Amino acid sequence: MKLKGRVWKFGDNIDTDVIIPARYLSSTDPKILSQHCMEPLDPSFAEKVREGDIIIGGQNFGCGSSREHAPIAISALGIPLVIAKSFARIFYRNAFNKGLALLEADIFDEIEQGEEIEVDVAAGGGEVKAKPIPPFMVELINEGGLINYLRKKLEEEDEKI
Amino acid sequence: MGMTITEKILAAHAGKDYVECGEIIEAKLDLCLANDITAPLSLEEFDKVGARRVFDPEKVVFVLDHFTPNKDIPSAENCKRIREFSKKYGIRHVYDGGACGIEHALLPEEGLVVPGDVIIGADSHTCTYGALGAFSTGVGSTDLTYGMVTGKNWFKVPESIKFHCTGTWQKWVTGKDLILHIIGMIGVDGALYASMEYDGEAITALSMDSRFAIANMAIEAGAKNGIFKVDEKTLAYVKNHSKRPFVIFESDTDAHYREVFEIDVGKLDSKVACPSLPSNVKDARELGAIRIDQVVIGSCTNGRIEDLAIAATILKNKKVASDVRCIIIPATPKIYRESMRQGYLEIFMEAGCIISPPTCGPCLGGHMGILAKGEKAIATTNRNFVGRMGHPESEVFLSGPAVAAASAIRGSITHPSEVE
Repeated sequence: MKLKGRVWKFGDNIDTDVIIPARYLSSTDPKILSQHCMEPLDPSFAEKVREGDIIIGGQNFGCGSSREHAPIAISALGIPLVIAKSFARIFYRNAFNKGLALLEADIFDEIEQGEEIEVDVAAGGGEVKAKPIPPFMVELINEGGLINYLRKKLEEEDEKI
Repeated sequence: MGMTITEKILAAHAGKDYVECGEIIEAKLDLCLANDITAPLSLEEFDKVGARRVFDPEKVVFVLDHFTPNKDIPSAENCKRIREFSKKYGIRHVYDGGACGIEHALLPEEGLVVPGDVIIGADSHTCTYGALGAFSTGVGSTDLTYGMVTGKNWFKVPESIKFHCTGTWQKWVTGKDLILHIIGMIGVDGALYASMEYDGEAITALSMDSRFAIANMAIEAGAKNGIFKVDEKTLAYVKNHSKRPFVIFESDTDAHYREVFEIDVGKLDSKVACPSLPSNVKDARELGAIRIDQVVIGSCTNGRIEDLAIAATILKNKKVASDVRCIIIPATPKIYRESMRQGYLEIFMEAGCIISPPTCGPCLGGHMGILAKGEKAIATTNRNFVGRMGHPESEVFLSGPAVAAASAIRGSITHPSEVE
């Protein structure tokens, strides 16, 4: 999967409270959530971002709460990929479960805000040298994610009954 | 090689004799938890996969604690949906209305979690139950749905980091000060993906309430879980609160640790985490007078009876500074009632505090104590990220109950010894 997009840079420890502030969590609607994505850091982010844009973060991206609304808000803006030096663990699982691709790569200092980059996610980043995605996660992605895996499993059980 | 307590619990739940860190396992779950913010997404996924039952209605718990008493129509609709789902699928453990308490104070109190359990919760502070010698960790709503339907989930066995704590605790210093000290030392990703394990004489000396506060903030160092050895205090607590059978696991002496930290708690003084990271930790004494507008004493970290007792000791016969709102949130109905019996509520009201019903409300900037632009708060909560308690230009300082109560009296960040 090759992705080409404009880059939005955020720093270290981008927490879920800035990705989507808790006061908006009474909604589960991806469109509504996306309108407030990164609002505390940049109130006009949702307006400026274009479909296909890519977020680049520093260390510990997605730290804080377990809210799945965070990857949902990012995805709903049409952002397919976040590249960061490292990710917080709950956000990492949530993003894969929600179909938001993540790559661990130390490219923060090499790339300018607004620059266009091309990333081959399937090939471990291509020119962007990323840490490989754990084999177990790759299997899960190939199954269509955790929920599709579960759906298939339930359907198979039904057939047995 | 031996195993850590975390490795042993995970191995037992995966039907294995031995696991090593980095290994991916599928483990059986003893409990699945969600709240009024995370459950709605879980229920959407539940419908999407076409599930027709939860794996065990006794092992699914919903606590409607975040935006309750409901702050707006969408949050009321969310709670209604959870009630309807629970009725349909026979889920009995729904904590709502007068039975509602802050989830991570409530579940141990209700006896729903015991030593040796594997617990997942769609709330990052689910790691709190490690204080009981259980493996518990936060997950997202989709992972929770998977757990709710299958009774299992996958885990990467974490590396363990040990914190060996010795020495004698100074006056006013509690578990919260220790965990703030540790996060300040290792950073907000210092234990990323790892297990934080605590032992030593200073831990044995700690109350269960302080242990819960320490385990609670494991996530603030990026950890997967925080965990304590089961001792006499744990057993007394479990006996008082639960009828469930349980298994005690203990780390082997030759278990592998990524790192071992030696901490002399005798050298610790009251700590404050300054904006806007829980790792920005300083001694309360070195801060100088930082004016505050609001104090919050409560949350899943520090809303337990020990915390309210400390706050009451400091606030007795004192007044909250006239330009400060001091909000006290007993974490559960039982803690609320015990505070009433002990006379703490009377002390708080005399001092001019606001007493809130149990809710997560202000901690995450949801409701019941939101900050305006430029305002500052000191809170016994767990996060001080940008805009956490309200306006993006408001600021949150984190501390234990003693510093928070002393600061309420002075109207600025204050060490408790200054108001004795």
